[in-house]
Amino acid sequence: MSVLQFFPLASPVQSARLHAVVLFNICDGYVRRPDQAGRVIGTLLGSVSNGVVEIKNSYAVPHNESADQVALDVDYHHSMYLSHLKVNPKEVIVGWFSTGLGVSGGSALIHDFYVKELKDAHSSVPPVHLTVDTSFMSGEACIKAYVSVNLTLGDKPLAAQFQEIPLDLRMIEAERIGFDILKTTTVDKLPGDLVGMEASMVRLYSLIDDIYKYVNDVVEGRLPPDNKIGRVLADTLASVPNISPAAFDKLLDDKVQDNVALIYLTSLIRTQLSAAEKLNTAAQTL
Amino acid sequence: MANTTMARSFLQAVSSTEEVTPPLRVVQIEGLAVLKIIKHCNEFLPALVTGQLLGLDVGSVLEVTNCFPFPIREEDEEIEADGANYQLEMMRCLREVNVDNNTVGWYQSTLLGSFQTVELIETFMNYQENIRRCVCIVYDPSRSAQGVLALKALKLTDSFMELYRNNNFIGEKLREKKLSWVDIFEEIPIKVSNSALVSAFMTELEPESPVKECDYDRLRLSTAPYMERNLEFLIDCMEDLSAEQNKFQYYYRNVSRQQAQQQAWLQKRRVENMARKAAGEEPLPEEDPANPIFKPLPEPSRVDSYLITNQISNYCNQINGVAAQSFNRLYLMKALHDD
Repeated sequence: MSVLQFFPLASPVQSARLHAVVLFNICDGYVRRPDQAGRVIGTLLGSVSNGVVEIKNSYAVPHNESADQVALDVDYHHSMYLSHLKVNPKEVIVGWFSTGLGVSGGSALIHDFYVKELKDAHSSVPPVHLTVDTSFMSGEACIKAYVSVNLTLGDKPLAAQFQEIPLDLRMIEAERIGFDILKTTTVDKLPGDLVGMEASMVRLYSLIDDIYKYVNDVVEGRLPPDNKIGRVLADTLASVPNISPAAFDKLLDDKVQDNVALIYLTSLIRTQLSAAEKLNTAAQTL
Repeated sequence: MANTTMARSFLQAVSSTEEVTPPLRVVQIEGLAVLKIIKHCNEFLPALVTGQLLGLDVGSVLEVTNCFPFPIREEDEEIEADGANYQLEMMRCLREVNVDNNTVGWYQSTLLGSFQTVELIETFMNYQENIRRCVCIVYDPSRSAQGVLALKALKLTDSFMELYRNNNFIGEKLREKKLSWVDIFEEIPIKVSNSALVSAFMTELEPESPVKECDYDRLRLSTAPYMERNLEFLIDCMEDLSAEQNKFQYYYRNVSRQQAQQQAWLQKRRVENMARKAAGEEPLPEEDPANPIFKPLPEPSRVDSYLITNQISNYCNQINGVAAQSFNRLYLMKALHDD
């Protein structure tokens, strides 16, 4: 009797986290793909810890695809991998990416190749397959990560099933830089110190406004009170340290004085510099 | 005959158009390159790293479309050769996937903007020999932790390069060229561009949350460590500068002493000549190149003092900028507290 076995997901990979630079690289690779190529594939580099695959880097690998076979430039893949290892030995192969919606026919073959690659590297985790729908077929940005599960009939491998795993797309680094810069096609000028500060202030201001409005609405009975939100608000208010007004004023004054002193010092130095320059380059009459 | 003149005039036309290159106005850098630079620089903190910029030179715009990191350099010849191989290999690989493989400069990370060094100038000179137009993109991770995108595109000014190449960095030439310390580096405005595809993805993936990571960075109150280190660096620079100044004073003192000696010698010689004339002898020449007091003293180069001055002004700017931001934060906090 043969039993169709579906191995439960005892996979060491639970979820994946995508770094913004990888997405940018994939998009760039897709824009620069060869003339007739339908999709771009490549290797994903990163690290694995506690079942979370961090996808930190990537590079495209040239390939050829026809109806029933896939030819991957393995030499290219290897030399590029070696080059990357020279820069950062901690980033190892964690999987591969492909553009397009979902898993397609040739994917199983390529996936097998990466399974073998990882086995050769004595890695205990299976490769992750990342798909990025660069043609927006489904009308939205569809980025998915899969691991493959083998379906076996007895001892005979029957098929490979790609199982989707949760993908974290929060991209903290991109936030740090600011979506304003990464979102638009051209930014004429990098925002300066104070411009960014202003934007942050405006956002903070609007947040406070929102909360103010919400609290007012609740107090006047226009909105049903929500205990959860109330607690969060109370916690937030409580997080402001309670300092006596006199102590606070002193603290503030001290800080302001410090800053004023610094600004004074820097202006003084600058004046000195321009004076020194005039003296130094003036013609020496001896 | 007419043909050859035609051909020559065509050649001339080509060469003349090649000579006139519009000045570099903007560095247009792709979001991908920005992210890659930041990733590389942040990952290796506190070590300082460098990498190569790839792109295209289009008129007055230098497009940086991609980049790749260099491995951390080690003082070993074998490894150095390895590094060159790595570079070639990487360029070859990237060309295969249709990445622009023109070198347009390099990027480097810096600590509190302390990048104005002689090494930077030397690197610039090296690059300039091979590529006509190159920029250096400097990224400052410590400043970026304050919620600013601290990217700077720099190049050396032409007049400075000319002086530096001919080793003419002495007072007289500087006066002639009216070159002051501000004119060593030229900062070129940076433009960021993204492909439509990336732009679509990012718009789609932008989180709903109204508060971003950079807002936290910007509104953080503690600036003291940053300021302290800035001031420390500033003080070091001041010391260096005063050492440089001493060097010049020493030089000038020597020059004036030499001139006094020359005068004295001349006086003596003249008196002697008078005596010889009275005695009906041939006068001795009024110059004696063999005498060591006529040997011109070498003037110390001003590159160092210029660079230090640049550095100091950079620290001043940074401190000023952060102090200004601090005021904002402090008054914001005050307002919050009053409520």
